[in-house]
Amino acid sequence: MRAQKRVGAGFCDRARAFRPVVNRILPALIHLLSIPLAFFTPESGGSSNANQIDNLYKITLWVALVIFVIVEGTLCYILYRYRARKGAVANQTHGNTRLEISWTLAAAVILLILAVITFVKLSSIQDPVNSSPEGEHLVSDTSHLYASDEQKLPPDGKSLEIDVIGRQFVWQFVYPGENEPDGLGAPYSYEELVVPTKTTVTLNIVSSDVVHSWWIPQLGGKFQAVPGYHNYTWFKIEKPGVFRGQCALLCGRGHARMIATVKAVPPPQFEAWVAYQKKQIAEANAAAATARTKLNHEVGAGQVENP
Amino acid sequence: MATYAAPIPQIVAHEAKKEPTGWMSWVTTTDHKRIGIMYMVTTFVFFLLGGVEALMMRLQLGVPENTLIAPQTYNQLFTMHGTTMIFLFVVPMMAGLANYFVPLMVGARDMAFPRLNALSYWLLLAGGIVFYASVFWTPPESGWTSYVPLSSITYSPGGGQDAWIYLIHLTGLSSILGAINFYVTIANMRARGMSWGRLPLFIWAILTYSILIIFAMPVIAGAVTMLLTDRHFGTHFFDPANGGSAILWQDLFWFFGHPEVYIMVLPGFGLVSEILPVFARKPIFGYKAIAASTVTIAFLGFLVWVHHMFTAPIPEAIIIFAMLSSCLIAIPTGVKIFGWLATLWGGTIEFKTPLLFCVGFIALFTIGGISGVFLAVFPVDWQLNESYFVVAHIHFVLMGGAVFTVFAAIYYWFPKITGRMLSETLGKWSFYVMFFGFLMTFMIQHVLGLDGMPRRVYEYSNTGNLALYNLISTIGSFILGGGVLLTIVNVMRSLKHGAVAGPDPWKANTLEWFTSSPPPVNNFDVVPTVRSHEPMKDIRREIEQRTSGAPAPGGATVPAGATQIGL
Repeated sequence: MRAQKRVGAGFCDRARAFRPVVNRILPALIHLLSIPLAFFTPESGGSSNANQIDNLYKITLWVALVIFVIVEGTLCYILYRYRARKGAVANQTHGNTRLEISWTLAAAVILLILAVITFVKLSSIQDPVNSSPEGEHLVSDTSHLYASDEQKLPPDGKSLEIDVIGRQFVWQFVYPGENEPDGLGAPYSYEELVVPTKTTVTLNIVSSDVVHSWWIPQLGGKFQAVPGYHNYTWFKIEKPGVFRGQCALLCGRGHARMIATVKAVPPPQFEAWVAYQKKQIAEANAAAATARTKLNHEVGAGQVENP
Repeated sequence: MATYAAPIPQIVAHEAKKEPTGWMSWVTTTDHKRIGIMYMVTTFVFFLLGGVEALMMRLQLGVPENTLIAPQTYNQLFTMHGTTMIFLFVVPMMAGLANYFVPLMVGARDMAFPRLNALSYWLLLAGGIVFYASVFWTPPESGWTSYVPLSSITYSPGGGQDAWIYLIHLTGLSSILGAINFYVTIANMRARGMSWGRLPLFIWAILTYSILIIFAMPVIAGAVTMLLTDRHFGTHFFDPANGGSAILWQDLFWFFGHPEVYIMVLPGFGLVSEILPVFARKPIFGYKAIAASTVTIAFLGFLVWVHHMFTAPIPEAIIIFAMLSSCLIAIPTGVKIFGWLATLWGGTIEFKTPLLFCVGFIALFTIGGISGVFLAVFPVDWQLNESYFVVAHIHFVLMGGAVFTVFAAIYYWFPKITGRMLSETLGKWSFYVMFFGFLMTFMIQHVLGLDGMPRRVYEYSNTGNLALYNLISTIGSFILGGGVLLTIVNVMRSLKHGAVAGPDPWKANTLEWFTSSPPPVNNFDVVPTVRSHEPMKDIRREIEQRTSGAPAPGGATVPAGATQIGL
């Protein structure tokens, strides 16, 4: 009896000790399930448009999985059920019009539903949202930049507009500020695009040589940079972080090394970064001017060209 | 036995001369069968070259940050691989099969224009040689799509790009002349009684293939001519600095490029529609629906090209139109797949190698079709386009859709072409190894694309699971290559040692099985009257009835000579 009791008590004790583990099973299961789901879905999580694409992708995936299971399942069933066996006689039918019409209509209905869902979700992917209060002072009215409505803007018409220039084999980013009184021109950077969080950033994608394609998977889809054309997209990053991507369209021998990084920092840090870039530009300009004067002095005026 | 009225079998000598031999007889031949064989052998050699290029690329991508192959060489490899597989393998392989079997299946003695037919072949070979000669200088390296300005003289100064242009010209001309020949042959030289409603489905597919080539090929011929004059003669069609447009190239290329996809897969669809009924011992389900969907796919195929350009700066209305038309084209494709499933349903399926390849095709092409729906939904395409997802998709459609059917055709028609059977054991091994290798190579590539790996990169960093997935894909590709080798071994062995096939080893449905294997130079001494889309079934039934002594219903369809050739 005692032994039994002890065993029972031990079991109860262990069960009690086990409870936190039990409580962890469900989250663990969900986590396990989310791994294959991530395995089957595109990157997302950086910006709401990428999340919405992911969302639309998952809807398509469920529809696709159903069709996949039905077709491949039927195929396997048929191959097993109707394999040639002794005494089996093939059914000499030539068709069934009603059946043929119904599967044609079924296919049409499924695709129609997918198209409708796409249109419903379209604006959440394409149309930028307003900046949050923290980032509002960084955006400006960019609607005047565009004669038509080709570039989609947030409802309040304000965004941080950055030019993305593709060139063999580096991305260049030009920030607003060309006409500021300091005369330093627009700040720019290569490879790493530093942006403020909580702020709607609109990109004006162009190319200076061949066709490239802008792609940061976690911030939404690809957009070609075509010489002679403008292409547009946007993102709004909520939390600081680094998002990696690379040129997605063959642009020559260095294509695989044409990487891009988007670094999201809180708005104050962003302002500090812009100031630092400007300082760097100013210093570089000053150094160049000094060098020029010195060279001019040595070899004679007019012999040294503007670098 | 003397009670029935049918003519007594007699010995009939072939009218034809003895077949010429020696290599000159091959160079000078205008016989559609010999030209067909030359097409098939030549394109298969190109298939092997393209395959080796693919394996070299997979070797480079087997581990991250690999330095085995230089970036320049890697770009040349995928340019050569894509161009070879499309322009020098799938399209002309289908032309080769059609060359051999269109006259036989419609009951003609040759193609309508035999000498033009020979010209088509020699133009193809010239195109292949011009293109591969560039290997000794500077091979092209701007991809099989050759987007401008990358392919312009500024960014691709090498002669390889020009070799690519001449390849398109020569193989394009070859295809157009071949297509005209197929069209005229099918329209004018069918056996008595073979109305449009009794045309074998493979012939429907080749007819549609020919029409697609006649409409699509001149567009790419014009586009590459514009590229050529841009490169060398001072025009600015595609030069944005001088009022040209880089998007114009994308439009022209894909206006050709999408119908090209159907040029490659429709003949395969036709093959499957021929082979499934034979091994299920059951008529094709919905003959008219399958023929009609072939024609519908071809028509819609001209309306969807913009879905290759969803990420380009083009107006939204056009993007939406392309999405809807791309969804629309999934419907006739679905009708075909359901039709094939229904053909197998209720049959007595004999698992011979040709059937296995057809079933493998249905399984793989369904996956390719479904991933195509993802790509048609354009916001989703923004994530998937130009990534490894698209690489996986194109291989499921073209390798699963075209190459598996070509292998089915090899196993199905080898007995007719050579008079000998291929080994079933080796054939089945080849199928299972290829099928497994294919899935291992390309299934995981969907995930590579979803994880952000763009196509056409010679290296990738060791982040996430990219290294593992790429290694799986590389191992799979070598297994796939092993499967292909098994078929080559099979063909080599069977040419000499295969079992003798006889005229109709499969008890098939179409007229090519009416003549001996291999067929004589004149194909048929007598051409039977056709009364359904399965003429051989009618003929077999009638012979059975005659030899069993029962009177044949509805008059004779079998001419007197039939019994001599093994029926």
